[in-house]
Amino acid sequence: MSLDGQIADFIEPVHREMAVAKPAPAVQNGEMNVETILPEQVSEPTVWLIAVRDRRDRSAFAQLFDHFAPRLKAMLIRSGLRDGAAEDVLQDVMLAVWHKSAQFDPHRAEASAWIYRIARNRRIDLARQQGRPVPDEIAGASEEQPDAGQILALDQEAQRLREALGKLAPEQTAIIEKAYLGELSHREISEQTGLPLGTIKSRIRLGLERLRHELKDLRKE
Amino acid sequence: MKEASHHIPEGLIQAYVCGTLPHVYSVVVAAHISLCDECRARMETLEILGGALVERLSPIEVSGGLRSRVFEGLDATAPSRLRKQPKANGIYPGPVVAAMGGEPPRWRSLGGGIRQQILNDDPEGSLRLLFIPPGMAVPEHGHRGLEMTLVLQGSYEDCEGRFCPGDVEVAQEDVDHTPVAGPGEPCICLAATDAPLRFTAMLPRLLQPIFRI
Repeated sequence: MSLDGQIADFIEPVHREMAVAKPAPAVQNGEMNVETILPEQVSEPTVWLIAVRDRRDRSAFAQLFDHFAPRLKAMLIRSGLRDGAAEDVLQDVMLAVWHKSAQFDPHRAEASAWIYRIARNRRIDLARQQGRPVPDEIAGASEEQPDAGQILALDQEAQRLREALGKLAPEQTAIIEKAYLGELSHREISEQTGLPLGTIKSRIRLGLERLRHELKDLRKE
Repeated sequence: MKEASHHIPEGLIQAYVCGTLPHVYSVVVAAHISLCDECRARMETLEILGGALVERLSPIEVSGGLRSRVFEGLDATAPSRLRKQPKANGIYPGPVVAAMGGEPPRWRSLGGGIRQQILNDDPEGSLRLLFIPPGMAVPEHGHRGLEMTLVLQGSYEDCEGRFCPGDVEVAQEDVDHTPVAGPGEPCICLAATDAPLRFTAMLPRLLQPIFRI
């Protein structure tokens, strides 16, 4: 089969499936099917990633690719890579999303957070001589019975975080973005902006503190 | 294992997530998180922030060639360059096993039953495993910069309290502390410093260059 044909196979069914998707039986082979118990409010990327994880669903993977690859490319370019190098890293990141999806646990992460981790780790792997040390996975976490309420609660909390992020002054957002998406040392940030290191660090802290307080206020409502 | 009671400060977890923390400290953070659900949750919270920031970025178009290469790779096994970190082994979490090169510890005696293995020693910092028999004190020392110590087996006690497996002690510059290993199993811990440890007792100081501690 030609490559084009293969890709078409991945892409074509997307719209049809999304249009008519109806929940499969809630129990398959005695196991709970997570997708069928997800409330409608759960963010689409998380639903796609669960479909990739549980059914190796290529059309869902195509959706993830189209949503995240261009944004991750923007992130990798911000981290100091040129176009070609950014795409090389991106290839590894998207393949890792496919091959490591069994580790995704929607009770603890949104798709964007889990994919962010993979991209940042891969970027750091390349920037340092020694591989990035990463915590051991929690054994058996993905085999636990899914809890729709907990998945939704996490999703909504993350949504509140996004809203809080949107309320920050652009200057504060820029500092947080530099830390989480940008180059890999505080010193480099300092050289870019000409600000002394101590100021940068305290401004990152202030930005996050503000973020945390806004989140706290939202929780009281 | 009981829950850890001494944790990683927020700022260091953030620096780890962002990738700005030097390698030797990152090993300690990753090892502690392997043993501590509370700090894992804090790391994952910050990753949600990272994910939210990615979502806000303006997309930059990717090439058709990249798309083809990724979709071709779905049926193949994962590329070997997507290395897998070794798994935890006994008392050693995966990131420590990786720092040990996947080998059992190769202890070198420092005298008095105290042993160490230097895992990493470069301008960014030093990383070592220490083995301290019950009741033995690590000679009094100060240090420059930041020191992080994670207990993997047994326990020790110093002026900051008692540290058991999973606990991490973060000491700032100019803190002189004398850890004494608790009773029972020998204390094994992982210590990261940004400069060689500087012992304040005379003899160990003379020995310092020889033993690189």
